Parts: sequence; C-alpha cells; structure tokens
Amino acid sequence: MAAVTAHVADVHAHEEHEHHELSFVRKYIFSEDHKTIAKQYLISGIIWAVIGGLMSVVFRLQLGFPNLDMAWLKPILGQWVSISAEGVGKLDPNFYLALVTMHGTIMVFFVLTAGLSGTFSNFLIPLQIGARDMASGFINMLSYWFFFLSSMVMFVSIFVETGPAGGGWVVYPPLSALADANPGSGIGMTLWLVAMALFIVSSLLGGINYVTTVINLRTRGMSFDKLPLTIWAFTFTAILGILAFPVLFSAALLLIFDRSFGTSFFLSEIYVNGQALPNQGGSPILFQHLFWFLGHPEVYIIILPALGITSEVIATNSRKPIFGYKAMIFSMAGIMFLAFIVWAHHMFVTGMNPFLGSVFMLLTLIIAVPSAVKAFNYITTLWRGNIVFTPAMLFAIGLVSFFVSGGLTGIILGNSALDIQLHDTYFVVAHFHIVMGAAAIFGMLAGVYHWFPKMFGRMMNAKMGYAHFWLTFISSYLVFFPMHYIGIAGFPRRYYQWSGFATFDSYADLNAFITVAAIISVAAQAIFISNFVYSIFKGKKAPANPWNSNTLEWTTDNPGHGNWPGEIPTVYRWPYDYSKPNSAVDFIPQNIPYSSTPESNLPHENEMIADEKEIEKLEFDRSIPD
Amino acid sequence: MAIIIGILAIVFIVMTVMVLGKTQSLLKGIRPTDSETSSEGEYVDDANNFNGYAMFVFWVISVVGVVWSFLYYREDFLPEAASVHGKETDYWFWVSMAVIMVGFFVVNSLLFFFAYKYRFKKGRVATFYPHNNKLEVIWTVIPAIIMAGLVFSGLKVWTDVMADAPADAEVVEIMGKQFGWQVRYPGVDDNKLGKYNFKLTDATNEFGIDLADENSFDDFTSNTEMHIPVGKPVLLKIRARDVLHSVFIPHMRVKMDAVPGMPTKFWFTPTQTTDQARAELGNPEFDFEIACTEVCGRSHFAMKLRLIVEDEATYNKWKREQKPFLAMNPDYIEKVPANLKAKAMKYLPVEESTNLVVAEDEATAGGAGTQAALK
Repeated sequence: MAAVTAHVADVHAHEEHEHHELSFVRKYIFSEDHKTIAKQYLISGIIWAVIGGLMSVVFRLQLGFPNLDMAWLKPILGQWVSISAEGVGKLDPNFYLALVTMHGTIMVFFVLTAGLSGTFSNFLIPLQIGARDMASGFINMLSYWFFFLSSMVMFVSIFVETGPAGGGWVVYPPLSALADANPGSGIGMTLWLVAMALFIVSSLLGGINYVTTVINLRTRGMSFDKLPLTIWAFTFTAILGILAFPVLFSAALLLIFDRSFGTSFFLSEIYVNGQALPNQGGSPILFQHLFWFLGHPEVYIIILPALGITSEVIATNSRKPIFGYKAMIFSMAGIMFLAFIVWAHHMFVTGMNPFLGSVFMLLTLIIAVPSAVKAFNYITTLWRGNIVFTPAMLFAIGLVSFFVSGGLTGIILGNSALDIQLHDTYFVVAHFHIVMGAAAIFGMLAGVYHWFPKMFGRMMNAKMGYAHFWLTFISSYLVFFPMHYIGIAGFPRRYYQWSGFATFDSYADLNAFITVAAIISVAAQAIFISNFVYSIFKGKKAPANPWNSNTLEWTTDNPGHGNWPGEIPTVYRWPYDYSKPNSAVDFIPQNIPYSSTPESNLPHENEMIADEKEIEKLEFDRSIPD
Repeated sequence: MAIIIGILAIVFIVMTVMVLGKTQSLLKGIRPTDSETSSEGEYVDDANNFNGYAMFVFWVISVVGVVWSFLYYREDFLPEAASVHGKETDYWFWVSMAVIMVGFFVVNSLLFFFAYKYRFKKGRVATFYPHNNKLEVIWTVIPAIIMAGLVFSGLKVWTDVMADAPADAEVVEIMGKQFGWQVRYPGVDDNKLGKYNFKLTDATNEFGIDLADENSFDDFTSNTEMHIPVGKPVLLKIRARDVLHSVFIPHMRVKMDAVPGMPTKFWFTPTQTTDQARAELGNPEFDFEIACTEVCGRSHFAMKLRLIVEDEATYNKWKREQKPFLAMNPDYIEKVPANLKAKAMKYLPVEESTNLVVAEDEATAGGAGTQAALK
C-alpha cells in the first residue's frame, strides 16, 4: 500500500518530462492523445444519444397517442407534419419510418459502438495495460475524424428533402435500393451508405489500434493472465469488429452498385411504379446474410465492452475479486466465437432453407451457456461482498438485471419454431432493447460515472447519480417490459399505427403508458447531462484513486501526456486482490509486489516472489517513442 | 384505467425516491458522518443503505407488477391458435416461457437480494472468493442441459412445420405489393396455377399471369379476401413483386417473407372456421386477418387482407362461383397463343367469344383490328 501512495505523491514532478506545449488545435481537436480522443468519442456519443432519444420520443408519441395533434412539432419537423383542414397535425408515415430507421442506426452504431467502445477502449487500454499511448496515435486520431465525418454525413441526411433512409436500420433491399419504392431510398439512403462506409473505416482503424496496443504495449509484468477484464472485453470487441465490419462494407458496396450502376446483386424480378425493372438473378436474401454477418457480431460489439466495464465496477465496489476470472475470459471468448456463427437466426422466416434454420437454432441456443455463466459470476461476486453503491455500481447492477431479463427471452426467439410467430413483433423489440439497448447504455453510464474522475480530474455529483439511476432504471423497465405483452399479442414492428387491424386494435392504454415511461426515461437523462457538464468544470476535485481500485489507471493522478510522470509502473499481480485475508487494507493494486505483502500472500503467491526479480529485469523497449 | 394507475405508480415512485433522498440529506446534518473520515471506504456516503434497501424494494414491487400486469393484459393476448402447428408452437412457447420465468425470478431475486444483504457495513470484510470450479461446472452444465432440451423440442417442431406440404394440400398463391396482398387460386378445372412472369405485369394483370400457359386460363384472383377450407392442409405459395413483404396470419401462427425473385412457401392446417371463431369469441364482427411484417414503405401498416376459413363444401361452392381472370379481362385472350385459343375461348363470356371469332377472322385477314374489334 505504501508504495502506491508514494507513487501518487510525486505526480506533479513530470513537468520537465513534457516534450513541448501543443497548440490548441493539436491538443483538443486533432489530438493524438488517447485520452482526448476518448473524450471526443464520449461527447459525440452523448450528443448522438440525445438525438436518437428525442427521435424515439416522437415516434413513441405517434404510437402511444395516435390521435395526438402534432401541429406543435411543425416548427421542428416542417413538411413531415401535415396539417389537416381542421388544423390537426399528423406525422407523415414515411417520416415515421425514417425516424425508426435513424433511431436504430444512431443508437446501434453512433452511440453504442463509437460512443461506448470508442470512449472506453481508447481511454482505458493504455491506462490499464500501462502504456504511454496507443500503438499509433495518428491512426487513432484518423479513427475519430473518420467517425466525425461519418457523423456529419448521417446528420446532414436527416435534413434532405426526401428524408433520411427509411427502410429500417437493416436497410434490406429492394426497398432500400429503389427510390421509387420509398422516398427515403433516394439521396437519404445514399448518404446513409456513405456515412456507414466512413464509419466502418473509422471502426477498423480503431480496432486494429486496440488489438495492436494490447498485444504489444503491455507494461512489465502485465501478462495476459493479469489483464483486467475490461481489456479482455475491449480486445474481443475489437477482433469482432475487425472481422465483421468488412463484410458490412462489402454489403454496402454491392448495394451502392445496385442503386447507382445498374447491377443486380440483390435485385430480381421487380415491378415497381408501373414498370418491370431489367434486374434479374439477384437475391435479397444474400444481402441479409451479409448484413447479419456483421449485424449479429455487432450486438456483441455493443454488449461486450459494457460487460467488461461491469466486471471491473462490480469487483471494485463489492470489494471482492471478480468470481471466476478465467471463466469470464473463456465465456467472453466463447461468445466472441459463437457470435460469428449465429447470424441467420435473424432470418428463420425469410425463406432461407429450413435446414439452415435448424443449424442456426442449435448454435444460437449454445450462446446462452457462456452468457449464463457471466450472469452467475456477477451475482456470486456480489455474494458476501461489502457493496458500495456508487452511481457506477448501481448502473452495473442494473446492467446485470437487464442482461438476465433480456437474455432469457432470447432463448425463445432463438428457437426457430417459436420465432415463426414472434419474428418482427414487439416481442423482438422488447428482447433486444433490454438485452443490448438498455444493458449496454447502462454499461456505458457505469463507465462514465466510474472513470469520470480519471477523465476530468473531478468527481460527479453522486446524489444526482442516484436519482439518475433510479429514474432511468425504473422507467426503462416500464418501457420495455410491457412490450413483451404487445409482442405476444402479435403486434408487428415498424407499424405507424395498429388500429387498421381488428387483431391489433387493443392495448391502446398500454401503448400510451409505454410512451409516458419513455418520455420520463429520456427526460431523466437531463439529470445526467447537467451533472456531466457541471462536474467537468465545477465538480469536486478527485483524488487519484477515489474508488480504492486496483488497476493501473488509478496509480497516476490527472494523467497528462504519456500518462505516468516517471517510469510506467510494473505489474506483479492480478487486478482483483480485494479484501484479501490478513491484509490491512481491502485492496492491493496491481503494482504492489508480493514481496511487500507477506502477511496476505497465498502459498502459491509466496513462490511468485522469486519471479519478481525476473519481471524487474525486463527492459522497456526504448525504441517505441513515448 | 391502467394508464392512470401506471402514471400514478411512476409519480409515487419518483416521489418516494425524492422524499427518501431528502430525508437522507437531512439526517446527514444530524448524524456524525464517521464514514467521511474513515480511510477505508471513504467514498461510501450515507445514501448507501438507502440504495441497498431500494434495490430490494424495487424487486418486490417489480414481482407484484409483473404478476399483476401479466394477469391483467393476458386478456388481450391472441386467442388459442387456429391451426394445427400453431397449437404445437404455442404449447412450446408457454413451456419455454415457464422455464425462462423461473430463471427470471430466481436470478433477479438473488441479484437484488445480495445487493441489499451485502450492502456496505463498516468493519465488515468481504469474503475473498475468487473461484470455485465445481460451481462453475454446475452452472455451465445446467443451462446446457436445459438448452439441449429446448433445442430438441424446437428442432422437432420446426422440422414438422417446415416439411413439404402434403400432396393433397389446397394451393393458394399470395403476392405482396406496395401496398396490399393479392391472392390467386389455381381454378376449379385443372387445379393448377399457371405460370407467371414479372415482365407481363401491368395494371390489370397484377400477377403477371402468363396466358401462354393453359393452366392459367381458369386461375382466378382476388385482392380483398382469401378463402381457405378448414381441416385441410393449405399451401401458401408466397411471392412479392416489388420489395420484401412478409405474410403474417397471427391467429394461424403463420409467417413467411415474400421475396421478389424467390418464391417462398408455408403450409398449415386451419382448425377453426371464421364462424366457429366468431361464436367462440362472442364477436360477430371477428375476422381472421393477414398482415405484413416486413417493412415495405409508407403504408406497411395497412397491408390487410381478410381471411375467411369455411367448411369444405362452402369453400368449394365459393370457388366455383369465382370468375377466372380471363373471364374478367377478356382482352387478354390476345396473349393466348393461337394453338390454345380454342381452349381459352370457353372461359370468355358468350358474347365476347362470338365477337372474338369475328375478330380472329379479321386478324387473319391481315388487319390489326383485333383490339378494336374487342372494344
């Protein structure tokens, strides 16, 4: 323990270590510093989340209150709200579809991929493995700015006259390929494809950097079996992205060809707008295979980092080692591997060969096993802990609950026989919003609350954090849980209204209730955003290690350029030595050698003291510039 | 009513949180805050107990809410499946639901109970418990066994549902277009659907029926309703002519995408006629409906087709009353190749066929006046 405090004390001695003062532009805009890039991703992600959240409020109003006068939205939505002779404003059905599409695209890619992985992989990988920065700061910078460009293109697409893409976030052709079939498939769809292509470039640049950094830049003693679970999660996520995103790129490229250059990859035998198109021999199912080859790993790209963050937060705040460290790694590895071979469970009733359906059902249900192991391990970590409910911890527990509740319905949807009825109903909407929407956003919020002190050197207000948590947690369940009932009653997704069908003309009250809960859950985020912005400037100054945590990032106070003022700390132990028997303190950071904690060492750890000399003998590779 | 209860519930929950939060901060002023001075857990604030209790209270209220809302809203779930395979899938749905509900309640209960029970207490030391291989094996194997059970039941049902339709199945073609469903029957004479070609599609011949195929002469179509017989396998031949659609018959538990360029199919056996369903539900207005579940554009939400299930005699009577496409649109006789004209003739209304004979003569006489003659 003494060693840590000593280390932290001389933080400010690093002034002379600084190479030179960077200009404002290089420091805050075109920065190569992983911490700045992380903050750029985080703030972009938050802005996108606000946009995506507000969009959901608009279409929820339509669904919850189909007769609502939307004339008050006219100043914002313009032509998309039409005013009837009686002065009643109605939302345009095409724009409804566009809103649903953009909500999905924004939340999946811009918030929960870029905002989550981009923020925390960037911020934590160098700090937790003990590196001065990413393997390539320049590529890292490019990664953010490609994302920024992608964001701009997607943002612009919202304002084009024919509206943004409107065929659902999965953009299945032929709908997405034919401007005659849907106005959103015109310039809006072109911009969507361009934005996604840029996004994929950004994601690949980021992913390659994360993997390279984790493999090559670990500090002395940081062997793979001492990596925090966050780092394992980010690494698996990056590998998933590197292998899966190029396939989406190919799908997007072929779709661009079909749309603009008259090819027929996905189009065949189409009669639209009074004429038969010349395209023959293409297959819309091919696009679905390509799309979901990314699309399914994508949901793990979203949830794995959230699970990694949760592992770290739960262990720290339970004051206990994470239960089953190795099992956690293997289950994440299992999830990563299986993620690539389950994609066609999104396609059971698309006309795909039913035999394929059987195979994919089998593989899909296997993925429940490693997922269950993770959930059980979290709960066992809480067992006989000494739980401190920081806002981060509350959100992490919320994540576990969502992951369990939403994951379980996956067992039903993964069963192709049961999926016949439930496919594309609200049951699916409920399932994925809980298991990868709410859960992942809770992981992200847990991460923000937990690492805010390290990011900005200040504390967030905890009381506001609690209020934020309880409001969001309760209202999220109130939004998504009732959707199961609506799904069991057969209500299809992406319907502008249901009352046209006698079959779906029920649950008006439940839909209104969901809308009210959704508005509360979105409004509650104002608490978070004001807390976030206020705390950046006016928050209480944070100590170096506010949560008494073990990982390396807490050994440096206000990390500046190069992260550690002096030598990078050496790692001797795993990151989860919390509440070790016979130890005077309830946490022993990774950089404390076993030789200085003889009272708490386990028998096999005493033997490891001999190895410490070996670790210390390792030389840093000075050829890698700081 | 429920919405008012819901809103009130939210308001009460919010108020409870606020009041408790306020109480906590007031208490803070009175109590000596020793937690702030201790080095261990210095960041533990006095809301910690509140949050611990709140976790547990949240779960208790949730359990009540889940049970109550299920019982309340189950009224509006779909009635029992009206098809043979639907009863099977429904059964397994509720079996799986029961299994996951056990998981849902047990796992969440443990989570929230542990959160409450093991909330921070000064001086307590957490148990250092990094792993237990036996436990790990147990909770890997148990889900694996349960999964295996569900997989095998699912596989069996899936294989049965997706098996080839029996040879005597009643064939109906259903085609999705923006924005509506259209159906085509193979007719009463040859009971075979004629060929189609999307290039032949026009405003009248919406199916692109190929009249060069004699099987198409007696085919009849509808864009308002589909009739099927009860108790007999029905094979839907599904296609789309512009974008993806998806045939969804909620009461029959039928769903299959309609794909341009790739015909799909789904067969099922209805077990209930529309009249029986009306009687059972006590709703004389009730109708089976066909909806679209693959987003297809602006009026995706309005692609409705009435489905009428009737006993076989009524069904056959209805079929005989329908006029073939050719009879409805005699102009299309022109598309029939010369060698089949005679055969096609009998589907035309009487006066039309006489006219046509004349027209035929004129045409062979070298005039291009067929069209004019028909008019």
